[in-house]
Amino acid sequence: MSDRDSRSLAIETRGLTKIYGSGNTEIVAMKDASMKVHRGEVVALLGPSGSGKSTFLTAVGLINPPTSGQVWIRDQLVLEGEISYTNLRSFRRQHIGFVFQKSNLIPFLTAIENVQIALELNGATSRQARRRALHLLDELGVEDRASNLPSMLSGGQQQRVAVARALANHPSVILADEPTAALDGHRGRQVMELFAKVAHEHGTGVIVVTHDHRALDVFDTTYEMEDGLMGLSSSEATSVT
Amino acid sequence: MNLAFKDIRHNLGRFALTTVGVGMLLMIVMGMGGIYRGIVEDATLLVDNVGSDLWLVQRNTRGPFAEISRVPSNLVHRAYAVPGVVSAREFVYHTIQREQDGKPLRIAVLGLSWPIDKGQWIPLTGGRSLGQNHFEMVADQSLGLALGETIDLGKESYTIVGTTKSMLSAGGDGIAFVTVTDAQQIQFDTPGEAVRLERASRLARGEQSDLGNLQPAILDNTNKPASQLPAIARPQMSAVLVSVSPGADLAKVKEAMSGWGDVSVYTQSQQRDLLLKGTVDRARRQIGLFRVLLTLIAAIIMALILYTLTLDKIHSIALLKLIGAPNRVILGLILQQALMLGVAGFGIAYLVGGKLFPMFPRRVILTQTDLFQLALIVVGISVVSSLLGIWKAMKVTPNEALS
Repeated sequence: MSDRDSRSLAIETRGLTKIYGSGNTEIVAMKDASMKVHRGEVVALLGPSGSGKSTFLTAVGLINPPTSGQVWIRDQLVLEGEISYTNLRSFRRQHIGFVFQKSNLIPFLTAIENVQIALELNGATSRQARRRALHLLDELGVEDRASNLPSMLSGGQQQRVAVARALANHPSVILADEPTAALDGHRGRQVMELFAKVAHEHGTGVIVVTHDHRALDVFDTTYEMEDGLMGLSSSEATSVT
Repeated sequence: MNLAFKDIRHNLGRFALTTVGVGMLLMIVMGMGGIYRGIVEDATLLVDNVGSDLWLVQRNTRGPFAEISRVPSNLVHRAYAVPGVVSAREFVYHTIQREQDGKPLRIAVLGLSWPIDKGQWIPLTGGRSLGQNHFEMVADQSLGLALGETIDLGKESYTIVGTTKSMLSAGGDGIAFVTVTDAQQIQFDTPGEAVRLERASRLARGEQSDLGNLQPAILDNTNKPASQLPAIARPQMSAVLVSVSPGADLAKVKEAMSGWGDVSVYTQSQQRDLLLKGTVDRARRQIGLFRVLLTLIAAIIMALILYTLTLDKIHSIALLKLIGAPNRVILGLILQQALMLGVAGFGIAYLVGGKLFPMFPRRVILTQTDLFQLALIVVGISVVSSLLGIWKAMKVTPNEALS
């Protein structure tokens, strides 16, 4: 058993399949996608446009349930096909953090308020939320921009605030969809390294959907998707073998 | 964290302008209610203040405020003869239009039964009540006549000896109080040439009649003023106002007078109702319908504004749903903004209306009850108009945050 397997699972998917339409118009967007992400592990999901990455991410994020297959989070079966075993929105709030390519933050809230809102929605008092939000912003190096609106932050700073918000409720897993697409190479790498840092320090599983092959060395595991099929990337498969 | 307030803070300029727009609309709704209340108040002011228990008016008419009413002046004496009557006053009321300083001046002339009624019941803002039988006048401020000023009406000049406020006819014209004799003088004033022509005509008719030919002395009378001719009645009253003694049974007095074939008898409240149901009713209903229409328009406009504000926040709402915000948070965001818009709009309507309404030509009366009622309506339309935005927000999926 490898070191990876000895750690507890943050999230696991078993045979996720998503089919849109039926009959002649049936489209299989994702087929039998299985993945294990351990706590503190950073996983990259590569693949061309239309390969099913976003479908996988929305299924794992409990946004768009799969047609069949299971989603387990912290050893709890959450979704089986379209059947949910818990209040998905509430579960998402407590266990999943999201970071996207752009427009990540609520424009009418300041940086600190964007983090605070995630905490308050989860039941924290205003004071507790503010204290934790400040701590997270400090940890991610954007404390000095706490009172700025998103429009006054650079792309990199916005992503740091988004990461802070994603981390706010000690999630089991952070899902990031093309988080570096709007950033230059240097800043993109900084953000990827940030994911690795928070994953290792906070014990959170991180799944990053990306096109950016330049920072793959940051990830613990790399998966690839093509035509709805998922597998470990060839280099990963070789190393595992 | 109050998301509604944070969003407004972020779009303060736009929200402020929108609120001013809604406020102006609500001010019109408020104003319509005030105009309605003003019409009712103006119409009933005189009946409420004149202090009469019974109104004797021409048979089968609704009284001088609704239509022409003519009763003979000796009706006063008949009324006095009924047990329980403590006073009976002549009442003359008509509206005239003259020109003052090149501008049209409409006056509701009200005759007081001198010397019983000198107008002591009129709330004066300056001067005094009538002090003599002729050529004095107490005028409402809206007529623009100053104390001591004289106004020519007919062949006479009248001096303003007292001023009053808010004494208006149902049509909104200021009331001028004079004695009954003067009121009749003003009402039946005819130019000298018309008098001469009438006398000549009377003479010609007399000469052609058998009576005139048989008794030529009768023809001498044709040259006298009409009021001195024995065959012609004195100019008549509009009504007679009757007050009964405190211990008397009003119903019995009314019943006795109702037996007279030439008059109709109304109590003060009946006269009041006749005014509201007759003269004022159409204006009241028209304004009421217009007010309902404006309220609906305000609701539709508010709904569109709130819908647009929600559309602007679709991505944020999707994002909130994605990070796990329950529906009540989203609903609260839209509903609170709707209420803030409504309440702030109502405040603006009240403040701006308070400055503007006194400049209106007719009274706009804002009563506490009406304001409270409108406040409830505003809260109601705020909630209803937010439904469209809420419906849209509920349809948003977290997926949309990813696009």
